[in-house]
Amino acid sequence: MLPVLVILCGLIQAATIYVDGEGRFITAQNISIVAQQAAINTVLGAGMTLVILTGGIDLSVGSVLAASAVSAVLVSQVYGALGVVAALAIGLGLGLLNGALISSMRLPPFIVTLGSMTAVRGIARLLGSDTTVSNPELPFAFLGNGSATVVPGLLSVPWLALIAGSVILACWFVLRRTIFGVRIYAVGGNAEAARLAGINVGAILLLVYGISGLLAGLGGVMSAAQLYSANGLQLGQSYELDAIAAVILGGTSFVGGIGSIWGTLIGALIIAVLSNGLILLGVSDIWQLIVKGLVIIGAVALDRYRLRGNPRT
Amino acid sequence: MLEMRRISKTFAGTKALRGVDLAIYPGEVHALMGENGAGKSTLMKILAGACSADPGGEIWMDGERIEISSPLAARRHGIAIIYQELSLAPNLSVAENIHLGQEIGRAGILDRATMDRAAEAALRRLGADFGPRTSLATLSVAERQLVEIARAVHARSRILVMDEPTTALSSRETDYLFALIRELRAGGLAIIYISHRMAEVYELADRVTVLRDGTYVGSVQRGQIDPDTIVRMMVGRELSAFYKHEHRARLADTPTLEVRALGDSRRVHDCSFAIRAGEVLGLAGMVGAGRTELARLLFGAAGHKSGDIILEGITRHFHQPREAIAAGVAYLTEDRKIDGLFLDMAVADNIILCTIENDARFGGILDRARGRQRAVAAIRALAIRVASPTVGVGLLSGGNQQKVLLSRLLEAHPKVLILDEPTRGVDIGAKFEIYRIIDQLAGAGVAILLISSELAEIIGIADRVLVMREGRIAGELTGSEMNQENIVALATGSQASGARRAIL
Repeated sequence: MLPVLVILCGLIQAATIYVDGEGRFITAQNISIVAQQAAINTVLGAGMTLVILTGGIDLSVGSVLAASAVSAVLVSQVYGALGVVAALAIGLGLGLLNGALISSMRLPPFIVTLGSMTAVRGIARLLGSDTTVSNPELPFAFLGNGSATVVPGLLSVPWLALIAGSVILACWFVLRRTIFGVRIYAVGGNAEAARLAGINVGAILLLVYGISGLLAGLGGVMSAAQLYSANGLQLGQSYELDAIAAVILGGTSFVGGIGSIWGTLIGALIIAVLSNGLILLGVSDIWQLIVKGLVIIGAVALDRYRLRGNPRT
Repeated sequence: MLEMRRISKTFAGTKALRGVDLAIYPGEVHALMGENGAGKSTLMKILAGACSADPGGEIWMDGERIEISSPLAARRHGIAIIYQELSLAPNLSVAENIHLGQEIGRAGILDRATMDRAAEAALRRLGADFGPRTSLATLSVAERQLVEIARAVHARSRILVMDEPTTALSSRETDYLFALIRELRAGGLAIIYISHRMAEVYELADRVTVLRDGTYVGSVQRGQIDPDTIVRMMVGRELSAFYKHEHRARLADTPTLEVRALGDSRRVHDCSFAIRAGEVLGLAGMVGAGRTELARLLFGAAGHKSGDIILEGITRHFHQPREAIAAGVAYLTEDRKIDGLFLDMAVADNIILCTIENDARFGGILDRARGRQRAVAAIRALAIRVASPTVGVGLLSGGNQQKVLLSRLLEAHPKVLILDEPTRGVDIGAKFEIYRIIDQLAGAGVAILLISSELAEIIGIADRVLVMREGRIAGELTGSEMNQENIVALATGSQASGARRAIL
């Protein structure tokens, strides 16, 4: 999918040159904006990658993000930076709840997370009494809007992008360098064989959904930090679909067992580049939706065409 | 009737077939033999239209040159194939399966009555004892095969290809199938029969064609078929002392594993036996006799309701396979693709998966180098033929896949090893190597329970044989009592084993 990303960047750059006479896409400022736009989806997509690698799905991440963003803001009004801890704890707890239902009661992940998507959306509104909660002195707001100086005077990177990058690196490490990672692939590749090989399949699933929830909680922190506020009704709507799209664009098999975290990063960047480029070109948001959908289908079709003959993906 | 001339096929640079000729006459059973990878399946795939031959090859039928460009074209020419992995939809009924792809209906609305009637007729002709509305999921493997044959009969096929049809059948079901094949042959159908089992070919075939490494070696007429000739043609060398039985372990006094009155109150009842270190205990019986179910109880893959499992003097109750593995019991599953291997993962990962903790550092972080070392050592120990440990296990041949699975179990250094059909779908060379491995393990003091439907195999390598029937242990055979007649008699419950031949 990397070629698609490169071609897309080139096309948008060319289009901005054509429209405005100067390339407005590839500038330091705009790239920093794209990185920030991609950050939250990357974090959600990372968790989603683990889940989809086991052959499951987590539809609840958007709602979990809203609930944890609301609690981050509420807790920060009283306890300051502890809001971050609260959001992560809420996310992890809700994720583990999903995982417990899926692993112990053997319910299909689609159904469990469809239910929690709805229920947690309700919880998010309940927490904030169905209003927008805000904190103008949010102590961790720098995460959402500030940049960290990497090379003084030369390079500073937005905190959001740093967080997303760290999450990707951590997931890569877990998937490729730990026992847990190998077992995620094993469960997704053949759950019955995994059980007969002595793997505790239930524990793997519990953890994977827990991590997905935790990362959705982190997404809530990032989102609250960006906005200084959170709204239980609007925040994170359809984020789960963007996260799934990033994973699928990244080439991860929907039936589990095949895929990588780098693919997800590239998938999330494709989505962000596309939105950013269409905005730069002044395309209306209605047409943005249509183009985005077609590009997702087209990119995956292209990939399938390239890999044809490969029996499972 | 059918002639394939100069058929070649190249897959990504490697020649799978090199100018193979094959002629089929009506009313003959034509056995196609060769080791795995010899090109039998590829040749049949070309005949079935599942893949296309390289330019230059020709297929003639009734004196006319034909093109088989798709499975549909093959069916139109009257060619039907029954694959090893049956290609039926388990969620549909028998009648729906028989008509799969050629449903009868008007304006897209199914005419179930006509479909049922046609299916019923085909089933009756084959002597099936189930009706067209039966759900396929409730049928046994043998009955599903019957449905496949019914599909071919119904489509008025003239050539029926059967790829290893007996691998999953018990010996009684096999006899039934053979009677059926003879009847179809008498009706003028040509049957191409692919098998690894010499006895079957000997019993059934009118002609045998042997392939080796993608080339045509030769054909032998009935009358000149003898096992030695064919084995020599297949492997290009003599095979003597096929079954390895060299270990003469001094048996320990106390058994490694003792089982007392084990049962799950469904498929397994009141099973008692003991295996000592260094012993190969055969477990024979028909498919469905409860052998695999018994193995799963021993391994904790299913919970037992009654009885005791005593491992090295300690009574155990395994709730999960991981408890059994930790206690030193390993189980080679019956179907390596469904519940054994991770086909998308590399050979190395498949081998080290169970014991991956051993090369991990603190916090579950893997030591890749050590894992790789272990995998390489295991690949060498079992002579697994693979270019590199990072190759996906799905790309290997059946025999090498089986060895990968076996080496995963051996990495855990089991005290008790349960092997469920270890040589199913494996070519002769790999079979021989698996027998050698079993023999070595027994010599090293592992207690081995060998489940097999191949009687010659079980007699050849086991020290003792238990025979199961309907979930119970019907008897034990040792020494000179271990012969095919006695096993079949115990397995079927009939004293006179000759009686079973008179089914049709």
